[in-house]
Amino acid sequence: MTVNITLLVVMGTLFAVGVYLILERSLTRVMLGLMLITNGANLLILSTGGPAGLAPLFGKDIPPEAYNDPLPQALILTSIVISFAVTAFLLGIIYRSWVLSRQDEVQDDIEDRRVANQPSFDAEDDAEMPAETTEFIKAEAEESPGTPTSRAKGEE
Amino acid sequence: MNAASVAPLAVILPFIGAALAFLFIRHPKAQRTVTISTLALTLCLEAFLLYSAWTQGVQAVTLGGWPPPFGISMVVDEFSSLMLVVSTTVSLAVLVYAAGQGMADGDEDGPVSIFHPTYMILVAGVSNAFLAGDLFNLYVGFEILLTASYVLMTLGGTGPRVRAGVTYVVVSVISSVLFLVSIAMIYAATGTINMADLALRLDALDPGTNMMLHLMLVVAFGIKAAMFPLSFWLPDSYPTAPAPVTAVFAGLLTKVGVYALVRTETLLFPGDRINSFLMVTALLTMVVGILGAIAQIDIKRMLSFTLVSHIGYMVFGLAMSSLLGLASTVYYVAHHITVQTSLFLVAGLIDRRGGTTNMDRLGGLARLSPLLAVLFFIPAMNLAGIPPFSGFLGKLGLLQAGVDLGTPLAYVLVAGGAATSLLTLLAMARVWNRAFWRTPEDAEHPDPVLVATTSDGSALRTSRLLTDQPSGRFSGKGVMDLLPRTMVGPTMALVAVGVALTLFAGPLFQLSGQAAGSMLERTPYIDAVLGPGAGAGAAPDAGAAP
Repeated sequence: MTVNITLLVVMGTLFAVGVYLILERSLTRVMLGLMLITNGANLLILSTGGPAGLAPLFGKDIPPEAYNDPLPQALILTSIVISFAVTAFLLGIIYRSWVLSRQDEVQDDIEDRRVANQPSFDAEDDAEMPAETTEFIKAEAEESPGTPTSRAKGEE
Repeated sequence: MNAASVAPLAVILPFIGAALAFLFIRHPKAQRTVTISTLALTLCLEAFLLYSAWTQGVQAVTLGGWPPPFGISMVVDEFSSLMLVVSTTVSLAVLVYAAGQGMADGDEDGPVSIFHPTYMILVAGVSNAFLAGDLFNLYVGFEILLTASYVLMTLGGTGPRVRAGVTYVVVSVISSVLFLVSIAMIYAATGTINMADLALRLDALDPGTNMMLHLMLVVAFGIKAAMFPLSFWLPDSYPTAPAPVTAVFAGLLTKVGVYALVRTETLLFPGDRINSFLMVTALLTMVVGILGAIAQIDIKRMLSFTLVSHIGYMVFGLAMSSLLGLASTVYYVAHHITVQTSLFLVAGLIDRRGGTTNMDRLGGLARLSPLLAVLFFIPAMNLAGIPPFSGFLGKLGLLQAGVDLGTPLAYVLVAGGAATSLLTLLAMARVWNRAFWRTPEDAEHPDPVLVATTSDGSALRTSRLLTDQPSGRFSGKGVMDLLPRTMVGPTMALVAVGVALTLFAGPLFQLSGQAAGSMLERTPYIDAVLGPGAGAGAAPDAGAAP
């Protein structure tokens, strides 16, 4: 089996850059990394089809070896459609995350960090003021005494 | 013409249901009727498939008239049809529960209207993954169910759900890419992606290449099945989703991963080359998962950790690679889907009745609602493996298989399995003592509403008398039924199915044994897809001899 060295180098670069970007904390970069890795995988599928050949349209006089393998191309098409949908969804989530908390970063799971010291404060039931549900963050809301973070600090 | 020729309908019907649900997006009542009746119809069809697989063995259908291994084939064997029936039963119960929640709250507009169509697509994806006869169709099935699950996970788009959704989506996409890369490499090595064809050709590969392809698939499916150490994402993301969504995820999604693992280990890569590796993973999954569960204060998070822990039992049986071990895994998967889902549904009811799932705030639920206590108690004991429940029978089979194997590692695994069972009991007893048994005043941070309703002796079923409080969870909302029949009914039904798994354990174990036998023998599957006699060259898996 012959190997297309250009394809191989491009594929390697895509995987390497993709892995590097996924390790970032910024969500947009993680998304770009996922896109690159998916495309690297697509190239890998393409290269499994062997060297380029004729389009797989049946002709009487053409020997079977002259055709390109159509199956990898069908797989890539499916995979492209799927990664397109997932990328669109990720963009939606990232935008929502930015609208909600004005940040474009992977957030820690609070429960993970204080699993042994979980506060039993319930923002909905215990807050003196009704919980703020608007999408626009007010600067003073973060400083007010009833919010979970300050209460949790007080308990420690 | 065999019974399997109707198998594609198990995927098509939910898709039609999804399309109709989109059509009726402004008519909640019609939407409910359409989705529930489509799912019930699918369940009848799958029961027929199970019956025909049970009586006539493995059957396959090739779509579009292309002869295998070129065409896409769907395979109905005992294992896949049992999974179909159990998963659709559970999905139906959860769908009725979710519809009941919507009806009780009266909030049927907004993001909730997207729930029904997405849910049907999820069911279609799960069915497709169970029926898939080639690797790429399995990948497509995974993608269908994952994409639907992304939407369900972030339903409503609140802060915590978006945070959890990001982790979930990124981890799922990475596991899918790994799966895709393995498919590409398998295709490069063998020139086929039909699983029956692969079963014949992978044996002929160089052992090193074979092992690499094998491990890549195990890692890709291990992430989906939440095997340790690839399980970290699950307790982070599941608990934040709405109760019915968490319930159906817990029941189905990880089990699709386990199903794919079982197929990999039995059909594609038979033999015991990585069995000791799987045993160590199973042990760590069980023990680390359950230790995580004990540390939790939130019931939903605790349940997510027990879910991870009990995946270990399924890998345990798979690693034994014996008839009894695999049969117990098949039985255990069916048991665990039912019981874990009913526990999450009960957690949803606790959240509704007690206002929280935080064990530091709960108390006195047994007095407040004895029905809820019974509904929690039965599946909890079932999960912990108290005789005579199905959890006990499944674990007994697994431990027996471990003792039969008799290696030192197998005995360690048997000890770990027994310890995990006891620790599960401990975790469940903690929930029982704290949320149900003690008085609400004894809680570390008593919930004002719980204290008020218990002290005046009125076991309130609705929130009517609580709305005058200035703040709190009922402010600004109308009168809510706290334990509506439409939600309790499906939960009771699912708990009853869990008990029925015990009552009909005899025939079920016989079916599981038959499924394990035909999977270990491999030839029935290959013959069904590629035509009689094709599987003659395939060596049976190690433990096929009874």
